Amino acid sequence: MLRYTIRRLGQLAIVLAVLSVLLFAWLRSLPGGPVSALLGNRATPESRARLVERLGLDEPLYVQYWNFLQRAASGDFGVSTGVQRGTPALQVFLQRMPATLELSALALLLAVVVGIPLGYLAARRRGSWLDNISITWSLVGVAVPVFFLAFLLKYIFAIELGLLPVSGRQEAGINATEVTGFYILDGILTREWDAAWDAFLHLILPAIALSTIPFAVIFRITRAAVLDVAEEDYVRTARAKGLTAMVIRGRHILRNAMLPVVTTIGLQTGALLSGAVLTEQVFNIAGLGQALSLGFQRQDFAVLQVVIIAAAMVYVLVNLIVDLAYAAIDPRLRTR
Amino acid sequence: MLTASLAACVASERDSAAGGEGGTLIFGAAGAPALFDPFYASDGETFRVTRQMMEGLVDYKPGTAEIQPELATNWDSSEDGTTWTFQLRKGVRFHDGTAFNAEAVCANFERWYNQTGAGRNSALSYYWIETFGGFAGDDKPSLYESCETTGEFTAVLNLTRPTSKFPDALGLDSFSMQSPTAMKKYRANDVKAQGTSFVYSEYAKKHPTGTGPFEFVSYDEGNGTITLARNEDYWGEKAKLSRLIFKIIPDENVRKQELLAGSIDGYDFPNPADLKSLREAGFNVQIRDPFNIMYLGITQKNNPALQDLRVRKALAYAVDRKNLVQANLPEGAEVATQFYPDTVDGYAEDVQKYPYDPQKAKQLLAEAGRSDLTLEFFWPTQVTRPYMPDPRGIFNAIAGDLRAVGITVKPVSKPWNGGYLDDVNNARADLFLLGWTGDYNSPDNFIGTFFGNTENQFYTGASPWGAELARQLQAADQEPDAAEREAMYADINRKLMSQYLPAVPLSHSPPAIVTSKKVQGLVTSPLTAEEFASVSIAE
Repeated sequence: MLRYTIRRLGQLAIVLAVLSVLLFAWLRSLPGGPVSALLGNRATPESRARLVERLGLDEPLYVQYWNFLQRAASGDFGVSTGVQRGTPALQVFLQRMPATLELSALALLLAVVVGIPLGYLAARRRGSWLDNISITWSLVGVAVPVFFLAFLLKYIFAIELGLLPVSGRQEAGINATEVTGFYILDGILTREWDAAWDAFLHLILPAIALSTIPFAVIFRITRAAVLDVAEEDYVRTARAKGLTAMVIRGRHILRNAMLPVVTTIGLQTGALLSGAVLTEQVFNIAGLGQALSLGFQRQDFAVLQVVIIAAAMVYVLVNLIVDLAYAAIDPRLRTR
Repeated sequence: MLTASLAACVASERDSAAGGEGGTLIFGAAGAPALFDPFYASDGETFRVTRQMMEGLVDYKPGTAEIQPELATNWDSSEDGTTWTFQLRKGVRFHDGTAFNAEAVCANFERWYNQTGAGRNSALSYYWIETFGGFAGDDKPSLYESCETTGEFTAVLNLTRPTSKFPDALGLDSFSMQSPTAMKKYRANDVKAQGTSFVYSEYAKKHPTGTGPFEFVSYDEGNGTITLARNEDYWGEKAKLSRLIFKIIPDENVRKQELLAGSIDGYDFPNPADLKSLREAGFNVQIRDPFNIMYLGITQKNNPALQDLRVRKALAYAVDRKNLVQANLPEGAEVATQFYPDTVDGYAEDVQKYPYDPQKAKQLLAEAGRSDLTLEFFWPTQVTRPYMPDPRGIFNAIAGDLRAVGITVKPVSKPWNGGYLDDVNNARADLFLLGWTGDYNSPDNFIGTFFGNTENQFYTGASPWGAELARQLQAADQEPDAAEREAMYADINRKLMSQYLPAVPLSHSPPAIVTSKKVQGLVTSPLTAEEFASVSIAE
C-alpha cells in the first residue's frame, strides 16, 4: 500500500511538472500579455519596450521559465498584474481560496443531501410521478446554462421578492472580523452571528446554481446503482432469509450502491472549480473562479499559473484519494 | 422569518439620519483599485476612490472642466511662463494631523521628480512622465526644474520652459498632495518590479493620507469593498455622508441587478441599452457632457495607399457618422468635426467637414487609383469604453459603409488586453477603433497625445507632414500667451482636418452615471471625476 502511494505521488509530481511547462509556454504564446494591462491604452512603443525589458519579458522563454522556477522555489510565484494588481499571486490565491471552498462545499453538500435520497427513492418507485419529476429536473439541471439559472434565481428571490442578496459574499459595510477567510466560520468563531447569517444568506443562491450539475450526476448514478443492486442475488437471498426491509435497504442495497456514488462525488469535486468560474462571475464572489475569468480577461499570467496549477493539484489529489480508497477496498488493484 | 432577519441585518448596517446628513452610500465600482497612492496610478477606478480622500493645488469646478482653487487659493506666473507662484490655503491639515504648507507642497514635487528604479516606469508614473517628461538626472530635460518655499504658505514652482498644461494639469489626481509624514513613515516610494509586475508600498496599500473630505478606513479584498469615512476635521464644508463604500463588481449585469435589488446606490457607465429601463424603474440616470472622442484610426505604416490624403478623405466621406451616432451611440452623442469637443480651447468652427457622401468617396478612390482597396480593420472585444459603448455594433456599421464604396474590409477582432492594444500601439492595423477621454481642459491632452510624436498609432512619420505636425504642437504647447496659443491650436485643427487627416474623428459620447432616487446632490463631471462630498442619502 505504501509503495503504491509513493508511486502515485511520483506520478503526480511528473504530471505537475509537465503541466507547469506547458502552461507557462501556452500563456506566453497568447497575444497581448501583462504589459498592456500594466500600461493601459496610452503606451508609446518606447515605454512598452522599457517595461518589457524591466520585467525580463524579452528573454528567451526557457530563461523566463528558469527565472520563474528559481523564484517559485523561494515561494515567490510572481505578482498579479490584473486581478489584484500589485498583490503577490500566492496571496491572491490564498485570499480567494476560502470563498471558493465555502461555495463548493455547500454546493456539494446540497447535491449529496438531495441527490442520494432522491436517487434512492426514484429507483425504489420506478415509473412513479416522483421518479419522472426527478429525472426531468436532473435533465434540466444539466441542460440549463448556469448564468441563465443564476439570473432566474436572482430575479425571483433577490430582485422581485427581496428575500436574498443578489451577489457578493457579505453585505457591504458589515465590517466582520476576518479570521480564516471562511465567512460563515469566522462569524461563528467571533460570535458575530449577524455576519455569519449574512454570509450564509449570500451563499444560498450561488450554491443552488453551482449544485445543479453535481446534483444531476449524483442523482442519476444513485438511481442506476440502486436499480442494479436491487436485482442482485444476495438481495433476493436476504429477502428469502426473512430480513427486515430496513436491514435489506440499508445494509445490502444502499451500502453496495454507494461505491460508484462515492467515485462520482470525488470526480464532481474536481468539476466544481470549472463550475465556480461562471457561478462566481455572475454572483460576484471574489473566489478562484472569478480570479480565473478576470485573469484571462486581463492576461494576468502570475495568477493564472498559480490557480490553474493548484486546481490541477486538487484534481489529481482527489483522484488519488479515490484510487487509494478503492485500493484499500480491493487488494487486486494494488498489484496492477 | 428569513425576510425579517435580513431586513434587520440591512437596517443595522445603514445608519441614516434625518435631513440628509450622515448615512452610508454604497457605489458599485467596475474594477479594483490597484493601490491608493494616486501618483502611481493611471486608471479611473483607482482615482474614483483617491479623489474623495485627496486634493490638489487646483481642482476642476463641479460639472465643468474649468479649474478653480483648491489647496492653492490663487496663483500667478511670470511673463515667460516658467515661474509659478502659489498662495496656499491656511489652516489645512492632512488626515494624520500633519500641517499642509509650502514645505509639504515642495516635498510632494521633490518626491515625484526624484523617483528611482521602478518608480520611473510609465506603468507607474504615467501622468508625471506625460506632463513633466522626466525625472532628476534623465538625459531628456524635465519640464520640472525646482520647488521653493518663499513663505510658510507660498510655494514657487520653476519650470524649464512654458507649457499650455499649466496650471490645469495640477488638478490631475496623480498630483494630489499627500502627507510627507505618512509617506515617510510607510515608505511610499517603496515600489519595486518583482517577477512580471510591481509590488507597492505599505503606504499605497493601507495608509493613503490626504487632506480631502473623506479618509481611508479599510480595503477588504475578500469581500471587495473599500470603506471611507467622513473627515471630521476637514477645512471646508464637511461631507454629508458619514461613510462612503465602494463595492467592486466587475460584471456590468451584476451591477445593474445590485442596483435593482437596492444593495448598491449607484454605479458608473451603465450600458446605453439599459438607460431607458433604468429610468422607467425610477432611477436617476444622469448624462454627463461629453469630454471624449472616438476616432477611426488609420495607420500609414504598412499600406502605402493610406499615405495618400485622397484615400483618407475618401474614408471620411464614406462613413455615415450621423447614422452611427443615432443607431449605435447613447442619447446626447454628437458627430465629431475634429479631434476634441467644443469645450476645449482652440476648437475651430471652420474646419473642413466631411458630410456622408459615398459618391465623393468613390470618386476620390478612383482619382487615387485605389478603387480596389483592401484594408484590415481591427476592432476590440471584451471591452466597452465611455466613448465606445458597443465596439461590435460600431465596427459593423462602419465596415458596411466602407464596403458600400467598394472597399474590401478584412475584419480582425481581438480582446482589448489580448492583443488589440498591442497591435494598435505597434501600428499593425490598417484601420482601428479607438478613442480618448480628456484628463483636463487642454488641447495638448488630446491632439498632443495623439500626434505629438511621429512614432504613434497612426504612424504619421510615414508622411512628410508628420514631423511638421509634431513641431507645431510643441510650439503651441510652449506659447505662454493664452490668446496666441488658442489661435495656434485652432490653426492646427484646421490643418488636421484638411491637409493631414491622420484619422477620422467619429463622435463624442456622453457617459451616463446612474443612482437610486435616495441619492441627492451628485454633480456630474465631464471628466467623470465626481466628488461625493456634496452627496447626501435619504432613507
